[in-house]
Amino acid sequence: MNKPLVSCEPGATIRQRGQHEVFCGLTSIIWLHRKVQDAFFLVVGSRTCAHLIQSAAGVMIFSEPRFATAIMEERDLAGMVDMHDELDREVARLLERRPDIRMLVLVGSCPSEVIKFDLNRAAERLDKRFGSKPRVLCYSGSGIETTFTQGEDNFLAALVRDQQLHGASDKVAKLVVAGSVADVVEDQFARLLDDLGLEDVVFLPGRSSDRLPKIDPNTRFVLAQPYLGATAAALESLGATRINALFPLGEEGTTAWLKAIADTFGVSPARFAAVTEAPRRRAVEATAHYRSALQGKRIFLFPDSQMEPSLARYLSRELDAEIIEVGSPYLHREHVAGELAMLPPGVSISEGQDVEIQIDRCRAAKPDLVVCGMGLANPFEAQGIVTKWSIEFAFTPIQGYEQAGDLAELFARPLIRKAMIASDCSVSRRVAP
Amino acid sequence: MKLTMWTYEGPPHVGAMRIAASMKGVHYVLHAPQGDTYADLLFTMIERRTSRPPVTYTTFQARDLAGSTADVFKTACRDAAERFKPDALLVGASCTAELLQDDPAGLARTLDVGIPVVPLELPSYQKKENWGAAETFYRLVRNFTGGLERPTEIAPNSCNILGPSALGFRNRDDVTEIRRLLTANGIDVRVVAPLGATVADLARLPQAAFNIVLYPEIGDSAARYLKKTFGMPFISTIPIGVGATHTFLREVRALAGLPEENPVGEAEDRATWYARSVDSNYLTNKRVFVFGDATHAIAAARIAHRELGFKVCGLGTYMREFARDVREAAEEFGVEALISDDHLDVEQAIIEARPELVLGTQMERHIAKRLRVPCAVISSPVHVQDFPARYSPQMGFEGANVIFDSWVHPLMMGLEEHLLQMFRDDFEFNDQAASSHLPAHAPEEPVRAAETVVVAEAPSVADSVWTSDAERELRKIPFFVRGKARRNTEIFAARKGIRPITVETLYDAKAHFAR
Repeated sequence: MNKPLVSCEPGATIRQRGQHEVFCGLTSIIWLHRKVQDAFFLVVGSRTCAHLIQSAAGVMIFSEPRFATAIMEERDLAGMVDMHDELDREVARLLERRPDIRMLVLVGSCPSEVIKFDLNRAAERLDKRFGSKPRVLCYSGSGIETTFTQGEDNFLAALVRDQQLHGASDKVAKLVVAGSVADVVEDQFARLLDDLGLEDVVFLPGRSSDRLPKIDPNTRFVLAQPYLGATAAALESLGATRINALFPLGEEGTTAWLKAIADTFGVSPARFAAVTEAPRRRAVEATAHYRSALQGKRIFLFPDSQMEPSLARYLSRELDAEIIEVGSPYLHREHVAGELAMLPPGVSISEGQDVEIQIDRCRAAKPDLVVCGMGLANPFEAQGIVTKWSIEFAFTPIQGYEQAGDLAELFARPLIRKAMIASDCSVSRRVAP
Repeated sequence: MKLTMWTYEGPPHVGAMRIAASMKGVHYVLHAPQGDTYADLLFTMIERRTSRPPVTYTTFQARDLAGSTADVFKTACRDAAERFKPDALLVGASCTAELLQDDPAGLARTLDVGIPVVPLELPSYQKKENWGAAETFYRLVRNFTGGLERPTEIAPNSCNILGPSALGFRNRDDVTEIRRLLTANGIDVRVVAPLGATVADLARLPQAAFNIVLYPEIGDSAARYLKKTFGMPFISTIPIGVGATHTFLREVRALAGLPEENPVGEAEDRATWYARSVDSNYLTNKRVFVFGDATHAIAAARIAHRELGFKVCGLGTYMREFARDVREAAEEFGVEALISDDHLDVEQAIIEARPELVLGTQMERHIAKRLRVPCAVISSPVHVQDFPARYSPQMGFEGANVIFDSWVHPLMMGLEEHLLQMFRDDFEFNDQAASSHLPAHAPEEPVRAAETVVVAEAPSVADSVWTSDAERELRKIPFFVRGKARRNTEIFAARKGIRPITVETLYDAKAHFAR
């Protein structure tokens, strides 16, 4: 199944500017507020921002969501009131209602950034005022600065920077695993790393707002997600060193990811083999169920989350799919170098987007499956082009060995579904005796 | 600044998108930052449209701010006109672009794109979605009827339908239902707009004898303009409910010069008989709280009271523009209208009113779920399940049938209600278990502690103390009226200075207030 590793520089990257059909970084609040359970995310923005978050999250019936928007009004913009006073008042109201909040995260938006509202200053002031109960952080999730998952990147970077300002907990971190993954995935990784004999492993973000363990030049970190440029820079500024690895998608990716960690910490090959053998076998077995659905299928990936290069690598190497184009909103060359090197020659890589032109390119290529956002998915389907909506990769447990089959299933499902629905179901199975 | 957990309406440019997406041949160039394309999902996912909404976004980013975002806008305009070849171009700004002050109107004028350009001024920090839709529709109507003459010969039975739009609550089927009813009653429906209309259709608006405004929040300003400019009368009785449908048809027939007689189509009305049948007896005086857009809220309150025999214990809207109409309607039911777009206010009002049924929007579903009160959706904002595949109008006689079913469905059925009262301690059939016909609606576990802020049982009247016997007795009252009973008893006890509240007090209060 896994082809021999052919290192190949893919062709020139297509760089495009035009209409971007992507989410802004605010969207990351939807999974972050579930991950960090005592945090509250307060967007400082406009009605559009509030509308975005609730349109994306509104189908979840929360009696009390852990996110909200402080909507700027005419009088804020006209300078009739001091926006900092206004924000303080609204935050006080919020905390009165939600005394259980232990971390308040102010999230910057396009409007707040265009008028240059100083959210850093506001966060510092509020943090002082409340004596860090709750502690107050801020980051930018604006569309002008961030695309979708980059919101999480900025949030994690803010958590790391917080250590410089307020110090760390008493714990020491030898290994930081950065990037939010589903709880079940985190637990599996923790078990595997424990079995490899690693101690003082820290997941970023943690499930609560506790201060980060101490990160210093003895700390190594590994990225579990490919969209963490700012987070990596923040960790490096504290002296931590990045472990270069593939991202843990599929059997191959997960093994390479764990191997890079194991090698860094001098785990013996025998132990590594012993720990990973059974889960590797399971991952290969689970993935095999779906290979027939995806083998030779031509796949086109639109930019969305920066996970596209890793997904393409997995599709190509473990499911034998043919990749036509890998779009990514942003390519962190250094972090995804390993992923890109494993793509077969001839795959187009595109960074940024001009959506109309990309749609033309996609249609002309007549793909069997298009990985794209929800704004494009149904219109493609209506034209007979099978799609897999990409936001699901951010919301589904897909990393690690035990999820390798689930990840394959996500891609296979729309193709299987198409075959099922297209087949003639009108004939009744009941036959008269 | 205003703290907002949920917003009932989107920004005004979403209203403009709804108009563009409703019509054919109209393209909207929206000056907006990267990310604002989320609004496409409202159409492709919630409404499940098969095509992308006709909107081109400039999606500028931070690095563009250093250069000329005006140039980005001009390029987007030219490209959109060339690629989509629309009959008309709407141009405008979203909230962030409004701060940049690039003036899309002025820029578009300088661009000679060879087609009519209609600039939109939508103040994002003051106005909201419905206003944006109404304003956009009005601008389009004005633009494409401007300078036209009314024909001298106009058939008196010809009319237009104004207001239905993309992302409108059940607008698709309402139009089908009302058009069918009107046609059956001898009315000639000429143009339906904005839903399905072209700009050429808009130019035909003055050729009909009168207008019918089905959704005033979107069609009202255009109808007023057509009346002022062309002298076209309009009807804005909303045919939601059997009574309102009769009134509506009577008014339309009168305006069309048709003789007064029973309308064609009333044979399809089953709701009236269903509500009269003895099975519906237990619906009498069920307390219902109504909230939504002004049109649907007022219509729902009237149906609830006059056609289903409920007791309206609260009525409100999030649309300040129509506050007066809702206040007037609320007077009919002896309640004070709630005019608020703050869902926390609505939640508080619902807790205080202690309804047995909530008729509201998607947000009231959240509130009702938490308070464990049955709920049905009557108005936008709604989620994907309220853009159903099946025919489900709210208007006309079939609409009344749909309403009867969907409002009664969440209530506990009569026999079950009786048995619950008689045998309270059944191990599988008790008031902690949800109605047996509603498995999907049963809250599986209590609300998580971390998310509980406002207690489901509203704070008791200060200083009221219940004896444990009285508390036990209170629990024997069915849960959907228990809150009301507690409150009444406490008010009664406070008035009479009774402390503590005993079983006696409970029954004294019951006798005092009746049900």
